[in-house]
Amino acid sequence: MANLVEIRDLKVEATTDSGRRVEIIKGISLDIADGEIVALIGESGSGKTTIALTLMGYARPGCRISGGSVSVAGKNMVALSEKERARVRGTEVAYVPQSAAAAFNPAATIMDQVIEITRIHHLMSPDEARAKAVDLFRALSLPEPETIGTRYPHQVSGGQLQRLSAAMALIGDPKLVIFDEPTTALDVTTQIEVLRAFKSVMKAGGISGVYVSHDLAVVAQIADRIVVLKGGEMQETGTTEEILSDAKHPYTRELLDAFEPKPRGAVGAAEPAPAPLLKIDTLVAGYGPRQADGLPLVRAVKQVSLKVEKGRNLGIIGESGCGKSTLARAIAGILPAVAGNIAFEGRELGRSARERSREQLREMQIVFQYADTALNPAKSIEDILDRPLAFYHGMDRRARSARIDDLLDMVRLPRNLRHRRPSELSGGQKQRVNFARALAAEPKLILCDEITSALDTVVAAAIIDLLKELQRELGLSYVFISHDLSTVQAICDEVVVMYAGEKVEQLASSELASGAKHPYSKLLFDSVPKLDTGWLDGLDQRPDLTRAFSKTG
Amino acid sequence: MTMTTSSTSTTTTRTSGSRLGYRFNVIGIIGLSVILCWALVAIFAPLIIPYPVGEIVDLDYFGPMSSDFWLGSDYLGRDMLSRILMGARYTVGISLAAVTIACFSGVVLGMIAAVAGGWLDTLLSRFLDALNSIPSKLFGLVVVAAVGSSIPVLILTLSVIYIPGAYRFARALAVNINAMDFITVARIRGESTLYLIRSEILPNIAGPVLADLGIRFVFIVLLLSGLSFLGLGVQPPYADWGALVRENIGGLPFGAPAVIFPSLAIASLTISVNLLIDNLPQKIRDRA
Repeated sequence: MANLVEIRDLKVEATTDSGRRVEIIKGISLDIADGEIVALIGESGSGKTTIALTLMGYARPGCRISGGSVSVAGKNMVALSEKERARVRGTEVAYVPQSAAAAFNPAATIMDQVIEITRIHHLMSPDEARAKAVDLFRALSLPEPETIGTRYPHQVSGGQLQRLSAAMALIGDPKLVIFDEPTTALDVTTQIEVLRAFKSVMKAGGISGVYVSHDLAVVAQIADRIVVLKGGEMQETGTTEEILSDAKHPYTRELLDAFEPKPRGAVGAAEPAPAPLLKIDTLVAGYGPRQADGLPLVRAVKQVSLKVEKGRNLGIIGESGCGKSTLARAIAGILPAVAGNIAFEGRELGRSARERSREQLREMQIVFQYADTALNPAKSIEDILDRPLAFYHGMDRRARSARIDDLLDMVRLPRNLRHRRPSELSGGQKQRVNFARALAAEPKLILCDEITSALDTVVAAAIIDLLKELQRELGLSYVFISHDLSTVQAICDEVVVMYAGEKVEQLASSELASGAKHPYSKLLFDSVPKLDTGWLDGLDQRPDLTRAFSKTG
Repeated sequence: MTMTTSSTSTTTTRTSGSRLGYRFNVIGIIGLSVILCWALVAIFAPLIIPYPVGEIVDLDYFGPMSSDFWLGSDYLGRDMLSRILMGARYTVGISLAAVTIACFSGVVLGMIAAVAGGWLDTLLSRFLDALNSIPSKLFGLVVVAAVGSSIPVLILTLSVIYIPGAYRFARALAVNINAMDFITVARIRGESTLYLIRSEILPNIAGPVLADLGIRFVFIVLLLSGLSFLGLGVQPPYADWGALVRENIGGLPFGAPAVIFPSLAIASLTISVNLLIDNLPQKIRDRA
């Protein structure tokens, strides 16, 4: 019997705003058997989502399927009329989007949206559909399956919403489900539950799947076969075991290497200094109006104390909402702390950036997560890097121009990039510019707020290597905030674990896995996916612990 | 490869000026050329008018189009073409001055309010909201009736009427930009408010602000014509286009060109401005 999906020599092209045509998928051929889950993996821009969408006969606006055939269950999706495609979507092929929060309509109840597919395609009566939806909720191990459907999307957590969007996809009994990076936006602890739920439902129903991701470790848990893509071409394909243990293609090797960054080598004892570089004492920060006791309504950071020695790096780790970014903002003076002290090289700093001198501001720089919003889109790279040089150092035009070249060299960007605007750079390049701007101030300490989280594994690993190198050359210190344990481990000497605004534990980065004592730290470290196909199944987590620390309600 | 791409780009899109890195479509070019024509007319009007504006030259009133009087004559027998050409000075000139003042003050105040926030923002917003709540035509009528009509008074009145709108628009845009990380970065670098609004915010809101300026220009032309129609605008013997329509309204039953052509002039200017702002040149990002 023929395979469920047969893609033959698929080509997709896009038209740019000057009317030029660019081929973004260059002749892909791919088969998916019944009940098989195939992962499409590659960096952003490699065409993985584009290929997945062609399985529904869909190309994004400005794109066009220009050649080849995509046959799903015997139907060629390319040749079908739009009306026939609409009939296939939802019943034979279904789609789970990356951001479930954006895919749900906030004004309708979850149940109405989940059973919408059965109504559109006249599959069953509303009552039957509701009963089936409840079964699916149960199979996806959602809490309170009978009543969760009556809630609105904002009343459930992100991980639950992602599982609900899977229920929405599965209710039409599709033969093929497309998962488009469904866990990328989730915390590691939540990601596990979602992956587990997906896997059990797919196995039980014998449903084929396409799983789009850039995270090799996640894919290893769920996929039978992996297809590695780059630049719209297939680089390598093989069973998950083969790819993980015996990757042939250099790009695949690079992906695998990027997954396990070299741990930071032991650093000699810190130079004896009269005072630590940064010392924070019982810092409290938060949002909302002040209460009677003088503290804000929502306290995002509660009594945190920590210390950074010169030339050493401190990692701060925790799930989203644990207050780690607020801590960084309080240290930088963006969000003035309401209590506690911040001392830099033994000198007390003002709580708000306004109260600090220009010199104090220069010595401590902050780099934000999203380079897209941290770089002014209306300015050229040159202008962006030029300003701190003129502002802090008062250099003349020629000195600034030479220094911009130096800075671009430092962050390994070609010099001719200086005339471009941020929108004309890739994500990794933007983050380098973002970092170069901080370096332009010649700081002593750089606060890195999730700077690699929005980047692909390979690009993130390159940024981490760059940070280490610059530290060796310039004697910087970093406070490195992340939810990704492996990156923190790669660059930091000490790691602080935060949970619900409090510092739970502080560990040396070498003893992270073994030395964790607090149950939350243990759960966090256990939840990081390993490059091992049996990891998820073999994982023995205490469900009561997971529940206690997950924010599901 | 390059051969094929360049040929497809010329055949698939109707653009011009793409060599400069900008895409400017035909409708935008038409709009721009009509506006430029009227601007030239306004500048050179005294040199090209066939008859003096205030002089009665035709024996008939509401005269038809003829070889001597291309657009006919008005209710006193004055040459219509001359009056329309001269009227362009007032309509285009006053409106342009008013829209510049209105948008400049409105946008600067809006950006300052967005960046500074706090009590300054509250104070400015409430004050301009209060101003906004006065009906614009009534406000114009009251001011002109109280102070008397002169060109500076007209310009100031029209700009005051349109400042709150420009302020609201710019503030709404600037508040969004102000929330971006690059503003935070500039702030903790220790930058002043002036630098923030000039170098960080303005370049990012310039596009919509220009479009808004175009719309506001049209509103001002229409309001000025309206005031002139009520006899409170430019005073005789000079007349802007709105005044020309008013003084010749008696010719409407006769189908006199004296009432048709000033109306067409107003329509051509306002429609062209709208066409231009809807089709401003766009920078082509794909430079490959």
